[in-house]
Amino acid sequence: MSETSGLRQPGARSPEIIRADHLDVGYQDKVVWRDASIEVSRGEFVAVIGPNGAGKTTLFRLLLGLQRPLGGTLTVFGAPPRRGNRRIGYVPQRHTIDNETHVAADTLVRLGVSGTKWGPGFSVRAERDAAAEALEAVGAAELGPKSLGSLSGGELQRVFLAEALVGNPEMLLLDEPLSNLDLRRSRDLVEVIHGLVQSRHVTTLLVAHDINPLIQCLDKVIYIANGSVATGPPEEVLTSTSLTELYGVPVEVLHDSRNNIVIVGGEDIHGGENG
Amino acid sequence: MTGGGAAFSWNLITDLRTMWEFSFMRNAFEAGTIIAIVAGIIGYFVVVRRLAFATHALGHVGFSGAAGAVLFGVNPVYGLLLFTTSGATGMGLLGRRASNRDIEIGTVLAFMLGLGLLFINLYTGYATEAYSILFGEILGISNAGVIFTLEASVVVLAVMVLIYRRLLFASLDEDVAEAKGMPMLALGLTFMILLAVAISIAVQVIGVLLIFALMVTPAAVAVRLTKRPLYAVVASVLVALFATWVGLFVQFYAQYPASFFIVSIAFAIYVAVRAGQALSARWSRRNVPALVPEPSAGSGLA
Repeated sequence: MSETSGLRQPGARSPEIIRADHLDVGYQDKVVWRDASIEVSRGEFVAVIGPNGAGKTTLFRLLLGLQRPLGGTLTVFGAPPRRGNRRIGYVPQRHTIDNETHVAADTLVRLGVSGTKWGPGFSVRAERDAAAEALEAVGAAELGPKSLGSLSGGELQRVFLAEALVGNPEMLLLDEPLSNLDLRRSRDLVEVIHGLVQSRHVTTLLVAHDINPLIQCLDKVIYIANGSVATGPPEEVLTSTSLTELYGVPVEVLHDSRNNIVIVGGEDIHGGENG
Repeated sequence: MTGGGAAFSWNLITDLRTMWEFSFMRNAFEAGTIIAIVAGIIGYFVVVRRLAFATHALGHVGFSGAAGAVLFGVNPVYGLLLFTTSGATGMGLLGRRASNRDIEIGTVLAFMLGLGLLFINLYTGYATEAYSILFGEILGISNAGVIFTLEASVVVLAVMVLIYRRLLFASLDEDVAEAKGMPMLALGLTFMILLAVAISIAVQVIGVLLIFALMVTPAAVAVRLTKRPLYAVVASVLVALFATWVGLFVQFYAQYPASFFIVSIAFAIYVAVRAGQALSARWSRRNVPALVPEPSAGSGLA
């Protein structure tokens, strides 16, 4: 597992990967969230949490340069976001893959590094090796020759992760990789991702609707709800006081004996009291 | 049109030599070979991009163009090109939604077919023109037709080689490709226009109604045989070539339309591959111990 990502661009660089100041976000006629100030430093593992439709994916679209903020400033790697930034690896939210997709998994992973190139590129050994290495890094070496349409949800997420990883990005944006996975498979995948964060110092933002599989390894939480954003270490953000302020209605954060968290009263919770 | 009473022998080389003494057979083999190669390659992306219905529809759109050209005394292939590229541009501008627009595409398809019927009706010449557009007339390809087919194919293949990896990436993983800064609309549009040109030349061989057999079926067979895109493209070309060559060969002796044989061979290969895979799947299920069910969720929630 080579550690080249950090060496590629030497020189003094701010460890700050993402910086948002008073960011307003939305579409022409609709603000999704406003006045968000976010800081993410190099090598941090960050969960983006919040109810459906709160604007979690929108944050990724901004970082990828697919959408512009309505107000405020946003910088990624010290510059405004731009589409096609090779320092970012992206795994979009995918509900399903057609099981008629008769294409080998390592073909897709390889395209993660070569898919933007011109020409046929029939046999480039370096690309093949890079794909094999990326699959191995996510513990999915044996999935390489398998057809994408035949993989399970957990296997697919590993392949997508390898595809994002193959270009040695410095930041990973993972949109709901844990949805559709059972608790054990969620924890397995989180372990793989956390391993990458630690071994490669790749800054990672992960959108999830349940924080519990992640809570042990997080450095930071970005909690988006009710049109605003709270950010900080999990023990500061995930408190009754902080979430009550965010939602504007009483919210209680409960802990069980294994340190699992239950958030009661927010709009995403069954039986929650939304005035 | 047959080989002047030439008899079939089991020496296939001699048979081919006999056929190739006729210029219409040489032209048919040359154009058929070029078109099978283009159709096989483009067809792979038709399957991967789920454009089978759009392909079928573009053929029908082309029919009215060809019929209109005949009415105005122009070479039908120019009418085909004009109409299919216009239709393809429209579909390309729909972007990723094109594959979900069956109703809209079908409505346009029906209208264009009707328009073609009107053109044919207004045309007072021979009805065989319409017939050959609908079902193909590979034995009617002229020397100039072969040259035009070759020129169009060289352009299509050159562009395909250039955009191969980008198109494959954009087809398999649209969201990631877009985030990587790929010009998705331009790529999709480029492919649709290549598809339109491929359809326009393939109509000479197989006709608008049977375009599926050359543009889709070989690739549909190929993706079932290999998971490697490059091998699938090669397999798709080989199936298209096999169907075209054997179809031409058989019709030389059998006196039925070449299109019928080409379509039938493509169909037979498709059925054989599907049946073979169904059988082998059943066989391996019976001989492999049942998979251990995935452990259920909630190890930490008991």
